[in-house]
Amino acid sequence: MSQNADKVLDHFNLFREPEYQELFKNKKEQFEYPEPQEKLVQVREWTKTWEYREKNFAREALTVNPAKACQPLGAVFAALGFESTMPFVHGSQGCVAYYRSHLSRHFKEPTSCVSSSMTEDAAVFGGLNNMIDGLANTYSMYKPKMIAVSTTCMAEVIGDDLNAFIKTSKEKGSVPAEYNVPFAHTPAFVGSHITGYDNALKGILSHFWDGKAGTVPALVREPNEKINFIGGFDGYTVGNTREVQRIFSLMGIDYTILADTSEIFDTPTDGEFRMYDGGTTLEDTAAALNARATISMQAYCTEKTLPLIADHGQEVVALNCPIGVKATDHFLMELSRISGKPIPEELRKERGRLVDAIADSTAHIHGKKFALYGDPDQCLGLAAFLLELGGEPVHVLATNGNKDWEARVQALFDSSPFGRDCHVYAGKDLWHMRSLLFTEPVDFLFGNTYGKYLERDTGTPLIRFGFPIFDRHHHHRYPIWGYQGGMNMLVRILDKIFDEIDSNTNVPAQSDYSFDIIR
Amino acid sequence: MSDLRQIAFYGKGGIGKSTTSQNTLAALTELGQKILIVGCDPKADSTRLILHSKAQDTVLSLAAEAGSVEDLEIEDVMKVGYKDIRCVESGGPEPGVGCAGRGVITSINFLEENGAYDGVDYVSYDVLGDVVCGGFAMPIRENKAQEIYIVMSGEMMAMYAANNISKGILKYANSGGVRLGGLVCNERKTDKELELAEALAQRLGTRLIHFVPRDNIVQHAELRRMTVLEYAPESSQAGEYRKLATKIHENGGRGTIPTPITMDELEDMLMEFGVMNAVDESMVGKTATMAAAV
Repeated sequence: MSQNADKVLDHFNLFREPEYQELFKNKKEQFEYPEPQEKLVQVREWTKTWEYREKNFAREALTVNPAKACQPLGAVFAALGFESTMPFVHGSQGCVAYYRSHLSRHFKEPTSCVSSSMTEDAAVFGGLNNMIDGLANTYSMYKPKMIAVSTTCMAEVIGDDLNAFIKTSKEKGSVPAEYNVPFAHTPAFVGSHITGYDNALKGILSHFWDGKAGTVPALVREPNEKINFIGGFDGYTVGNTREVQRIFSLMGIDYTILADTSEIFDTPTDGEFRMYDGGTTLEDTAAALNARATISMQAYCTEKTLPLIADHGQEVVALNCPIGVKATDHFLMELSRISGKPIPEELRKERGRLVDAIADSTAHIHGKKFALYGDPDQCLGLAAFLLELGGEPVHVLATNGNKDWEARVQALFDSSPFGRDCHVYAGKDLWHMRSLLFTEPVDFLFGNTYGKYLERDTGTPLIRFGFPIFDRHHHHRYPIWGYQGGMNMLVRILDKIFDEIDSNTNVPAQSDYSFDIIR
Repeated sequence: MSDLRQIAFYGKGGIGKSTTSQNTLAALTELGQKILIVGCDPKADSTRLILHSKAQDTVLSLAAEAGSVEDLEIEDVMKVGYKDIRCVESGGPEPGVGCAGRGVITSINFLEENGAYDGVDYVSYDVLGDVVCGGFAMPIRENKAQEIYIVMSGEMMAMYAANNISKGILKYANSGGVRLGGLVCNERKTDKELELAEALAQRLGTRLIHFVPRDNIVQHAELRRMTVLEYAPESSQAGEYRKLATKIHENGGRGTIPTPITMDELEDMLMEFGVMNAVDESMVGKTATMAAAV
């Protein structure tokens, strides 16, 4: 045996030992009925052709590796952004384990979330009893200030009525009558995690503003000078929220961050476990009705929430994940216009520094081709930044993008000479992206952790971007918004570019004539 | 087990499925058959005449009490009634909540896994109304019922439902072994009922296996929660059910893949028999007042 207690081999090395190699070989030969090697190579090569790409794009009844998650994940994310709030998912336990692990693997933080643990009996008889017991248990065990309810497929297919169930639970004494239990129906088979974020946030706001499910009179808006800020479903929420807070403070604007997840996903290790931390206070959530305006950083994450806010008399501004100089300019000028406050010198300086940095490095990015996939707003924001840098976002793909999004990305391409040969793909998946990368290769790919399979398959270097990022740590701590965020993105792109140049020029006496100290 | 006959009764709600099936199955016992009835209706009244009582403990109500289906024993849910016919009711949720279809699936899985089918010659499923969702199609899935008997009458909606059920059977017929055994016409004394039923059977690629005449003795027996076979075994109506039972018994393996027709074809057929008048297109959508004014 190659493994012994004195010198434990980790899995990187253990499975390279001869006995494991032999075991793998035998398993393949005896149990996997392998096709001949030549045939494998032949088929693999065929999948790289235009012919295969056309068949792939004619695909109708199959999705392979969609670049999206399901509604309740977004709903749980939004709920976690409120003070001492426990997300409660009405449905089966396994679904909730998925949301928790998905968020925890990205943020490297525990994620608190409960389920009503519906089983087969609940599917047949309806989940009312699960709701009654679940709310009572959550209330007494975890002592949240609010329980935000969303649903999984199971509860949605059998048509459980959250409004009625929550009312009945209150009558049965699960939680006090005046206790906050906002809810949103979030069928996982409709839309994606950004739809769920939208539904949950809308549910929470309308709960507080429109009379708490008929238990108190609806609030009457008394306008003030504050600005509400909504970040949307954002894997960089920790860094981004803090950066935006800094910008608001520099400008002297009174603000409310709605669904502020920056603390709960970055709790300090100081000996005290925090089941809840930070988040928008319930008072602020109610008072957000009175704000002068609401800014959403991700329009497609707030498609239903913003109209709700607008209907209550506020101005709403929808942005598409602003990254870079121009997009940040627009964000700051909107802030300035709404608040009537000038953009401070400090921010002007930061802008100048970002422009300077871009100018210093432009030779390396100019004309480079990029492919990117992710959520609709993040694709729009990143594509705009790449165009600004003189890069070409050749393939832009969002599985959860719609026709409207497609038109906006096309309009973005049309606005820049670098966008001339670029194409947008709404509703496509990562297997489509694979064909694109083989038939129309690019220099770099932007995407989440799942992009590493495309990187391995197609040899396109991956720059990690979006959600989830499981295999690199702490990216979520660094903003991508504001001029500072633009700087972070620029550095991330350049690092990858230079790493690639180095690894392509490092063979002694063959290519090392370009293995330069200075880039 | 290989000789186990599995059949199912479908049909429009209120058509007399449960009455017809229980009487027929009671008659089948006279042919020496051991029978299990699986009621697949949340109302749980598919075995009332055999057991002389309704509201026996259903699989799902007991499962809800016990906490889960896994905690149930087969003895808890299986009751024995007239002529040792075994009876199980799947039960289901209250109207308006949950998912009755899933309940049918849960119950049938439970029965199969716990040996409810051991030692019987016949399993008969009594399914509510239409094939409204996948759950109520459970008895016609592969390796369940071999033949489906559709109870219908000469009424338009009963025939419409029969056609719909045929569509459901067709869906599963190609992948599995389910076949349409035939139509059973439960007489309502509508015009040309026998002819219509025979014509529909022909259109659906099956046959009218039996025409059960209307007889008030059925109601007399029902009031006593009995089958006619038990209440008045010498009556002519009992004889009708015996005939139907014999026909079903001899019909094993002779089912067909149905050929459902369109709504238009069905209406054409009714017109052919003069049951329905040709639709006057100029009158469609007109209220009584508007029609009077024309």
